[in-house]
Amino acid sequence: MVTKIYIPRDSSALAMGADKVAIAVAAEAKNRGLEVEVIRNGSRGLYWLETMVEVATSSGRTAYGPVKVKDVPKLFDADFINGKPHALSLGLTEEIDWLKKQQRLTFARVGITDPISLDDYIAHDGYNGLKNALKLSGAAIVKIVTDSGLRGRGGAAFPTGIKWNTVLGCEAEQKYIVCNADEGDSGTYSDRMIMEGDPFVLIEGMTIAGVAVGATRGYIYLRSEYPHALIALNEAIANAEKAGYLGDNVLGSGKAFYLEVRRAAGAYVCGEETSLLESLEGKRGLVRFKPPLPAIEGLFGKPTVVNNVISLATVPIILDKGAQFYADYGMGRSRGTLPIQLAGNLKHGGLVELAFGATLRELLYDFGGGSFTGKPIRAVQVGGPLGAYLPESQFDTPLDYEEFTKIWAVLGHGGIVAFDDTVDMAKMARYAFEFCAIESCGKCTPCRIGSTRGVEVIDKITSGKDHAKNIALVRDLSDTMLNGSLCALGGMTPYPVLSALNHFPEDFGLSQESKAG
Amino acid sequence: MLDSHSTEEMDATIHALIALHQHRPGALLPLLHAIQDRVGFIPESAYTPISKALALSVAEVHGVVTFYHHFRTHKAGQHVMQICRAESCQAMGSEALEAHAKKCLNVDYHQTTADGAITLEPVYCLGNCALSPSVMVGDEIYGRVTAADLDALILEVRHAEAKA
Repeated sequence: MVTKIYIPRDSSALAMGADKVAIAVAAEAKNRGLEVEVIRNGSRGLYWLETMVEVATSSGRTAYGPVKVKDVPKLFDADFINGKPHALSLGLTEEIDWLKKQQRLTFARVGITDPISLDDYIAHDGYNGLKNALKLSGAAIVKIVTDSGLRGRGGAAFPTGIKWNTVLGCEAEQKYIVCNADEGDSGTYSDRMIMEGDPFVLIEGMTIAGVAVGATRGYIYLRSEYPHALIALNEAIANAEKAGYLGDNVLGSGKAFYLEVRRAAGAYVCGEETSLLESLEGKRGLVRFKPPLPAIEGLFGKPTVVNNVISLATVPIILDKGAQFYADYGMGRSRGTLPIQLAGNLKHGGLVELAFGATLRELLYDFGGGSFTGKPIRAVQVGGPLGAYLPESQFDTPLDYEEFTKIWAVLGHGGIVAFDDTVDMAKMARYAFEFCAIESCGKCTPCRIGSTRGVEVIDKITSGKDHAKNIALVRDLSDTMLNGSLCALGGMTPYPVLSALNHFPEDFGLSQESKAG
Repeated sequence: MLDSHSTEEMDATIHALIALHQHRPGALLPLLHAIQDRVGFIPESAYTPISKALALSVAEVHGVVTFYHHFRTHKAGQHVMQICRAESCQAMGSEALEAHAKKCLNVDYHQTTADGAITLEPVYCLGNCALSPSVMVGDEIYGRVTAADLDALILEVRHAEAKA
């Protein structure tokens, strides 16, 4: 009997040597005359356990990790291919507490299936959503997406259905679906995990979007830093085309949908949707003025849906299980689930998909296991480099778009970066300005000039030069950037800067008493 | 990638790639990627033929090439080593790692080692944030990188170079 062994092809697993482990497992099995099939799956998202190797046994998939090449012969000695115990045993994968506590909807298949096997995708409920969508009118599909409460997971949290409805309502001979896969925020990797671990769900989501609004062409704008996602997406697209799930007659419906991956070129600002469209058109990634909205005049001047990877990858389950099924998860106006990414100085970093409403503290300690270094967690940045820094006193905030807005923070793409007590928050504020200066597209003055002046002002503050005057100046500058920038890059750089200053004044040479409530 | 090439060979390659990509919608980025993948950088001599084929000005082509961090206008070392400078990696000590790399390689960012083996570049997130700090060499990514890991990696890269 051939034993199936799963070893991830996910970038972060590769970063811990998954390729070498896969080669070693195959070689060792051959030496011992054992018949095994090594399947390169996505990652389950328990990254501190990578390389996590799973073996299919009669009682279910059994996990071992973190496996290094040197462990491989001993695993065979222990008869791991029959699920027998070893020092690295993690038990049945499905019974691992960290996974059991999650509500995986968007990530239902990631780590379970072979990412580029269409048969595997279909065997795990894949393409049910598209099949349902093809029986409905465009307006009916849009209504389901609207009723599900799905909001843009890229960070802006704009209702996906409303965006689609605008494009649906436009008359045009050509419309486009553009997937923003320029996941540049530090602390985020859920888009990458989907593209590497379940690319078909993104392809299906984009196809449904195309069918809904009447768009026949889709582009995935993928950051150049993700070479493994590029490979997985292209393999999956080729397989979907071959089987008639993409092309001029999607599943015999008479509807066409063509999909292509376009590589970005390392400009953070191209994660902003209008800058992304400029880049797709072959230009410098300069931010456009709005209006016109991309939904009305987007790519090549045509009506365009621009959605994040996670938003699009969530559409298939909504079309499969219904709007109410999805909307039943969550709190307030944040419906459904959020794939949260635990990053930075945490013992157990990884992907946690939960209904909205869990607190930061639960994520940092129950899931994250506290800091990697064992020191107290002093600050966390949520929502990428343009997100606010939160102090310990705010760790009980529930993950909900509106609750974060109330404390002048952003949930964004759901990335959580933890820092221990060695962090210098004035340095982090300086870095926020520095990053903005490096990545500014240069179109608007507050961002282009303000970011460089910001670095200088922070330097003056930390060197004690005209201290009070420069503290006032950095606040004034932040106000200008916040209100005068054309897009979120300049407009949100003040979030990390001012939150650092407000919550950690002692790092800026101010007394604790100056702490803003 | 072309290992060594005459100017004529390079020009021929570039012209072939222009012919292959010029009719795609928004052709410039895919074309520049194709040239860099093949030649290793975007030579300035490519600007004029590209601009003619895509009906752009040379200034527009230059503007696009220099806007994006990924595109380089000069040949890089045999291997490009990128060290992540973003917040998650900072939280795990990337700053010390950056300093260590610069010292060991005796270069600053955007520079190539004297033996031509390694070009050092900063990068802002590799999407490996659960296993910070992260380093990428070519398309290979490495997580939880310590100074000792980096030394071993540099040695490995140079060794591969010597063998090739």
